[in-house]
Amino acid sequence: MTLTPPALALEGISKRFGPVAALDAVSLRVEPGQVHALLGENGAGKTTLMHVAFGMVAPDAGTIRVHGNRAHIGAPSDAIAAGVGMVHQHFTLVPAMTVAENLVLGGRGLLHRDAMSARVSNIARATGFALDPNATVETLSVGAQQRVEIAKALAREARILILDEPTAVLAPAEAEDLLQWLRGFARAGNSVVLITHKLNEALAVADTVTVLRQGRVVHSGAAAATTARELAVAMIGEESATLAAQQMDSLPPGGQSHDSGPENAVLAAQRIVVRDLVGRIRVRDASLTVRAGEIVGIAGVEGAGQRELLRALAGRCEIASGSLQRPPHIGFVPEDRHHDAVLLDRSLTDNVALRDAGSRRGRMPWQMFRAHTRALVHDFDVRVPSLGTTMRTLSGGNQQKLVLAREMTEPADARSTDLAHAAAKTLIVENPTRGLDVRASADVHARLRAARDHGAAVVIYSTDLDEVLALATRILVMRDGTLSEVPIDRDAVGRVMLGTV
Amino acid sequence: MPSGASCLARSDVWASTETRARAARAVLFPAGGVAAIVASIALLLMVGGYDVPRALAALWTGSVGSWYALTSATLVRAIPLMLTGCAIAIAFRAGVFNIGAEGQLLAGGAGATAIALTMPGAGTGALILALAAGALAGAGWAAIAAVLREKFGVLEVISTIMLNFIALYAVSFLVRGPLQEPTHAYPQSSTIAEGVRLARIPGAGRLHAGIAIALIVVLVAGWALRHTASGFRMMAVGESPSAAASAGLIDVRRVTTLAFVASGALAGLAGAIEVLGVTYALYEDLSPGYGYTAIAVALLAGLDPWRGVVTASLFAALEAGAGAMQRDAGVPSTLVAVIEALLILAVVAAQAVRVRRAGVSSDSAASAREHAV
Repeated sequence: MTLTPPALALEGISKRFGPVAALDAVSLRVEPGQVHALLGENGAGKTTLMHVAFGMVAPDAGTIRVHGNRAHIGAPSDAIAAGVGMVHQHFTLVPAMTVAENLVLGGRGLLHRDAMSARVSNIARATGFALDPNATVETLSVGAQQRVEIAKALAREARILILDEPTAVLAPAEAEDLLQWLRGFARAGNSVVLITHKLNEALAVADTVTVLRQGRVVHSGAAAATTARELAVAMIGEESATLAAQQMDSLPPGGQSHDSGPENAVLAAQRIVVRDLVGRIRVRDASLTVRAGEIVGIAGVEGAGQRELLRALAGRCEIASGSLQRPPHIGFVPEDRHHDAVLLDRSLTDNVALRDAGSRRGRMPWQMFRAHTRALVHDFDVRVPSLGTTMRTLSGGNQQKLVLAREMTEPADARSTDLAHAAAKTLIVENPTRGLDVRASADVHARLRAARDHGAAVVIYSTDLDEVLALATRILVMRDGTLSEVPIDRDAVGRVMLGTV
Repeated sequence: MPSGASCLARSDVWASTETRARAARAVLFPAGGVAAIVASIALLLMVGGYDVPRALAALWTGSVGSWYALTSATLVRAIPLMLTGCAIAIAFRAGVFNIGAEGQLLAGGAGATAIALTMPGAGTGALILALAAGALAGAGWAAIAAVLREKFGVLEVISTIMLNFIALYAVSFLVRGPLQEPTHAYPQSSTIAEGVRLARIPGAGRLHAGIAIALIVVLVAGWALRHTASGFRMMAVGESPSAAASAGLIDVRRVTTLAFVASGALAGLAGAIEVLGVTYALYEDLSPGYGYTAIAVALLAGLDPWRGVVTASLFAALEAGAGAMQRDAGVPSTLVAVIEALLILAVVAAQAVRVRRAGVSSDSAASAREHAV
């Protein structure tokens, strides 16, 4: 009933990938001055729909209108020309180039270095972001890189900004700042499409919420007129929503630590020091003991040294001094699975076989690996068309589930031909549910707790403090490379993280 | 095709479709490839204003048109191409861009000649020793580039090309210096004694026992890549060094060095076989560029040593036929080089298209970018 045409209107968009209908006649109206949240599980079609709007995927059917005019968007450059900008989940910045250089990338004609800096200052003023035009992008924190990514879109005069899971990589405080900023940006007459699967985030910031499920719109309406429960049911169905809620509530935060003395220590670090590639100390005299049957949660602001600590404990990086006792096999789930955990263009079986390939000798027992993979896919409910497909074709959530499955079981014995399917004794997990939807997250949490109940020693780190609080039996806070134990209390942990005890 | 899939029960749906797809590809790929190649040759001949039927007839008779052409021209050339193609496949699989098969082949030829000439008349023992010396020399030549890569971060693409020239000039020096034949009249070594040569296969013209060695080596290498832990490590490292190190706890440097040296050994063996089975002496122009054609052989075979047997034979036939075209129809043999280049372009383009299709359906942005930090 609005008189002004919608800023962005997608009408009857359909897209098939082989036999899979990724989008089935999806329509979406994004009004000017509004934040529009696009919700859905992994694989529901959110990202594909926005890739259509941004010209990265050509739809099989449907039309796109920008400010009422039919737009032919065949490539990202068309979208940019029409005033549509997109901030991808994985950033598209050139790490070795400066902020200013990244902002002007993709322009035409001669490059005026002076004008370039002035332009960055203009954008910084307009957005309120603190942007150092001469900083190299790779030296920036993830949050700062994201702001550069947004600034890049705005430098090209985007009036419609699409963000794909922008808060997934941010610390809670940063996420809040970003959402605030997005509201302000929309208030100024622009439009925002926020792809997310965090219900509360959508309800807090959006004016309108659209839910996609299996490539169809199953709910669309004002955020004020709906509830988290309603949206959850729309996203994953009545039964699953109830189940997920139960799993979330099944254990009180912290749970029960098994009564275990120091003799049960599985992992023990004494005053370990870890240096980064440049030689800077990232972990300073950290001591910690992890016993069987407990989940030790690590909290810390980005770059406090938790990343290096986790890798040292997992045997993935060397310690400069101190002593470390650890079992030979440690399951390790790194946060950047594309880079550190999977072979994207290899089969699922190859990816399972990758575990401990470094110490394997002689023949690869492929038959056993295939059986093992089949069992993992079944047990961890990984949604795959076939075991022979490549890792790349799986959604992010399913990739993560397979990595967890692989790392949560003991590596298969080279000589044995039966299923070595014992649960892992030691597990180190970084951002266990990054990029996962509600149901998959609940599932991962339940599995981590089950591993603990079966006597595993688990160390987790998450940028989402609530996740650490929900899972951990003990919490250690990392600040500037030093580790200190803190009671399980949100405020106390938060204070130590920021150093305002 | 290399696959453990055949040992699975038929009820296993994914395995059987996979196997069928592979079987179909194995038949269709060479057939379609050959048709496309002949068509493009015909087109180029037409554009160049040559007598197309006559040139094509020469191409046919020079490559596979007679038993003599098939064995003495095509298959004799296929032997070094199979081995060097396999060498390239192993290196590329492990992410080592060894462009130096040519130099490693020359090193192998020189090594084999040196041994074969110092122990004449010693029979099979000397022959085996000479072959081993060739492989060792090739491995050593590759090791130079491997050490430069691991210790100093020198790009192997650059270093191996440079080493190709050094090898060529080193051989040129050897056949004019230490290894020159006693009369000092020709830039070549003495002729290798009959007892140290690779035997010719009776009834097959100039085709020699090297074909058996090449087939066995390629068979074993292809099997080892897929079925041994070491081969799997090479593949994993080539796919993603960071994931191989983090998830597989693989010593990446060790694996790449091993792949590099193994690759050099295979190319060196090719050089040894060429000397001991075809030329019986060391010459400067021992290789008409086998080490470079090998890159095309390996790429066209999808870096699969077994399929490399087919593509090596294909390129060998093309080059044998090119000689005949030049003799009988006056077509410059560089025309075939153009076809080879076109083939590589077609393969690379096809791969790019496949990656694009696969990438877009899931996480295109992610694949486009390696995460920093």
